[in-house]
Amino acid sequence: MSRREAALSSRGAAAPRDERAAPSRWRRALRRLEPALAVSPFLVYTFLGLGIPSLAVIYYAFHGETGGWSTANIAIIWHGDQGIFRTGFVNSIKLGLLSSIIPGVLGVFIAYAIQTSKSPFLQRLTSTASGVLANFGGINLTFMFIATLGSTGILTAWLHAIGINLATIGFNLYTFSGVAVVYMYFQLPLMVLVITPALGGLRASWREAAENLGASAWSYWRHVGIPVLLPSILGGMLLLFGSAFAAYATAESLTLGLIALSPIQIGNFLNGNVIAGETHVGYAIAFGMLVILAVTMTLYSLVRKRASRWLR
Amino acid sequence: MAPLSSGSVFDVAQVEDEAIAPYSSGRPRRRVRWWRGVVLLLAGAYFLIPLYAGLKFSLQGVNGGFSFLAFQKLPSAPGFSAALTLSLKLAVATMVVSTLLMVPTAIYVHVRLPRLRRMMDVVTILPIVIPPIVLIVGVLGAFPEWAKASPYLLSFMYVILAMPFVYRSLDAGLGAIDLKTLTEASRSLGGNWFKTIWRVVLPNIRPALLSATVLTLALVFGEYTMASLDLWTTIPVWITQFQVSSDGHIQVAASMLGLVGTWILLVLVVSLDRSQSRRSRRRQGAS
Repeated sequence: MSRREAALSSRGAAAPRDERAAPSRWRRALRRLEPALAVSPFLVYTFLGLGIPSLAVIYYAFHGETGGWSTANIAIIWHGDQGIFRTGFVNSIKLGLLSSIIPGVLGVFIAYAIQTSKSPFLQRLTSTASGVLANFGGINLTFMFIATLGSTGILTAWLHAIGINLATIGFNLYTFSGVAVVYMYFQLPLMVLVITPALGGLRASWREAAENLGASAWSYWRHVGIPVLLPSILGGMLLLFGSAFAAYATAESLTLGLIALSPIQIGNFLNGNVIAGETHVGYAIAFGMLVILAVTMTLYSLVRKRASRWLR
Repeated sequence: MAPLSSGSVFDVAQVEDEAIAPYSSGRPRRRVRWWRGVVLLLAGAYFLIPLYAGLKFSLQGVNGGFSFLAFQKLPSAPGFSAALTLSLKLAVATMVVSTLLMVPTAIYVHVRLPRLRRMMDVVTILPIVIPPIVLIVGVLGAFPEWAKASPYLLSFMYVILAMPFVYRSLDAGLGAIDLKTLTEASRSLGGNWFKTIWRVVLPNIRPALLSATVLTLALVFGEYTMASLDLWTTIPVWITQFQVSSDGHIQVAASMLGLVGTWILLVLVVSLDRSQSRRSRRRQGAS
């Protein structure tokens, strides 16, 4: 950015000289401008596609319908409509935590099981499968799970056959618990992808040193393994939190928009389910999501810095 | 608010905890293999059972027998071909724009402005941080009517959504070849920049280019959030809308087709990346 500005201002500096100079001066000016010109399509495009929408969200979140700055929209999120928007945030954060902590922990065990298996086939299979499955969000997942855990689903029938009735233990695919189970389908592989390099950084010599000093497996993990891995694990979980917190398609298609999650509520605003006088609340929810994600990503980069201390 | 009840997630967690316990208490290594088997078995079951269920459901005939009927009925289902055409058009537009925008930028940054690589890393990761649902609210709020009237607004945004994958793929591809030597050799043999890129650089990063394109394709065919809120019936939107009208089997068949298609595309990407990293390793070994 600053490079581009510097290059741009160099045009201003070169301009007066051009009047008395030969065309070669022009060429030199163009040369100096070249970096800015070469990168500018990309910068303009990202500004239009990322900058403008984000700025619009922030602008409208703090503007009332009649214009002028106002915090009314934020106030509606906090107090208005029996707090359904606040509930949306609480639910989204809960969902984010649930589908980052559980897949986060399980993902470490799966990655470790694969890592220590010494089977190149298994390792390659997992890395391919994780790469594929981690990108498996969206509505296709919804229908696959309807065929699995829906009321006529195959797993539902199997469990019924061995005497477990999902409905009576409080599981319903089309509610919060169902969304969490479905999210795990792409969260778990994502965690495996993220944590595998960190596990590879655990050096065998550390383990040997610990064993030579008489450490049990537990004390090795307690004093060496877990402290070294913890920043990476937390970093992975923060990524998972962000992805579950912000996901829309799966939750929307699974619950038909009837679940109180912030992304779904934004969708409802766009679909026109708006109470008069609250047309800008959707922007305020989006702004709130941006704030939460910004905090998440800041924590992530802090944790990353910490993680890279041992794992090189 | 939905009750935060004990779904099957918790059951799995419990079983795995028990499986892990013997290892933590530091007993002989033999036990390690045992918990590994249990962990992998459970993980395998969690990932394979839904796939099996989806396939079985879509291959089930009216009277419960095996049949391809759902797949056969798919092409003639109302609205399917229109949705497919729209998705294909958007995919082509997205891939073309994305390539034209990202390839020259990535090459230029690599050759001439390596100092900008940090900034590029940060900017291209932003579409992952800012979720599509937030972006589309902003787009629909800020963009002029003429832009919103066109389906290609989606392509415009898909280029942004694909940017993290496309840039990373190109960045890895460019990092794997000796770009400096190649471009200098080409330049000193009298090639201009266009020729250098077209005849020297692009053939050398072909796997990266291909994997960027394939990732974009998978993204466009799977994207639901923006398409549904911008009210365009692309394939994923069509699948969800079909639900109301009738045959659930067709719906599951369509999404299984989507899943398997995406699966194949992504496996292709992963193996391309792998062939690329093997090449770069060979190159480093030789030098």
